[in-house]
Amino acid sequence: MTGISASGAFTALVRRDLALAYRQGGAALQAVVFFAVVVTMIPFGLGPDLALLQRVAPGILWVAFILASLLTLDRLFQADFEDGSLDVLVLSPLSLELVVLAKSLAHWLANALPLIVAAPVLAVMLNMHLVGLVMLTVTLAIGTLGLTFLGTMGAALTVSVRRAGLLTALLVLPLYVPILIFGVGAVAAAERAQAAGQGIEVGEANLLLLTAVSLIGFVVGPFAAAAGLRLHLE
Amino acid sequence: MWSFANPHRFMTLSGVLLPWLIGAAALLMVVGFIWGLVFAPPDYQQGDTVRIMFVHVPAAWLSLLCYSLIATASVISLIWRHALADVAAKSAAPLGAAFTFLALVTGMLWGQPMWGTFWVWDARLTSFLVLFFIYIGYMALWETIDDPQKAGRAAAILGVVGFINVPIVKFSVDWWNTLHQPASISRLDGPAIHWTILTPLLIMAVAYTVFFFALLFIRMRTEIMKRRVRSLQLAQAAG
Repeated sequence: MTGISASGAFTALVRRDLALAYRQGGAALQAVVFFAVVVTMIPFGLGPDLALLQRVAPGILWVAFILASLLTLDRLFQADFEDGSLDVLVLSPLSLELVVLAKSLAHWLANALPLIVAAPVLAVMLNMHLVGLVMLTVTLAIGTLGLTFLGTMGAALTVSVRRAGLLTALLVLPLYVPILIFGVGAVAAAERAQAAGQGIEVGEANLLLLTAVSLIGFVVGPFAAAAGLRLHLE
Repeated sequence: MWSFANPHRFMTLSGVLLPWLIGAAALLMVVGFIWGLVFAPPDYQQGDTVRIMFVHVPAAWLSLLCYSLIATASVISLIWRHALADVAAKSAAPLGAAFTFLALVTGMLWGQPMWGTFWVWDARLTSFLVLFFIYIGYMALWETIDDPQKAGRAAAILGVVGFINVPIVKFSVDWWNTLHQPASISRLDGPAIHWTILTPLLIMAVAYTVFFFALLFIRMRTEIMKRRVRSLQLAQAAG
């Protein structure tokens, strides 16, 4: 077979990972159910007062989202590392950074996208209203850009460690904190603006900072993850 | 300068320097503690509780200095693959975590009389707590990966990425106007503290720094000897 183009290799890798994700059956769904169960437990802990739940809903949904997406990180590199596919991928016409990008994109489509779709549904159960719902979905969508790639870095650094789930979470959660702060801040600011009768600005500070931090994660993540994979593959 | 980075030269050099560092640290600590805790004047607002500043502030400075050292060593390790940089970063991490913990605890003890609460989620305290967790994660990564070479490179990547938190901690009191007081020393107009309190504070800062380097050298020497033992054991197992 003659040489394959880089873009051909990229799409082939994305499609392979998506196919694997769907054939593993229910794996992404488990993350969504975990998300739902955690959000369901909150009213048991806090009491059913809808006003209180509405106030805390953005924070709870963001934290539960982060925890659910952390649980899916194990699937990103470990299966390929253990059966040797990662060694083959290093030899592909794509640079390792692009391989990481392709795998992260497939991972996002298979795991994070269902969570983002589930979030507004769960937000309704916590008595959030339309403006908050829309802003929540927007901030989650922007935030997952940074969350996915920082998570990829954590998964790559621990790929050869057995049962590294907690270690990956420990490494990655401190780096998630700015995204969490600005994401929840943006939703809270939108709800406040709506309650005060003002429009929602697109250039609102929290939203801009969230985008900035996410983009930093998007840039740093693949390079750090590729470096991490290289050191484990030697 | 690179000749100092040779592990053998480091062992000789640190062996010579270590007694002086320990002596200087002890002397400066005694002078700083006694001056700060006994002779420095009480603050006009806080009274005698201001004296906890002489323990709290240098600890916080050292925690940031230590992470900066770890980040620098990580960069050197990644670019030049230098084993001594790995050793330095690995040895510094528990010291930095300890200084962070000390700063957090003394800060909480200071917060109760001064602000009426042990903890508040303001920008400086929260980002400093996150720094503590980054230290713990960094140490965990070193411990979990078996091969020291691989552990060193993984930790170096994490060390570099985690460095983003250090400027956040430093500038958090400027960017967010919350409870922890703003910068009083490293300002463009010069320090806002009277010299009678500033001098023991700076003495304590130097004392902590010398103490940190003394402990760091001890830990680095131990780590180098551990690695030598490990190579000898591997050679014996192979031969």
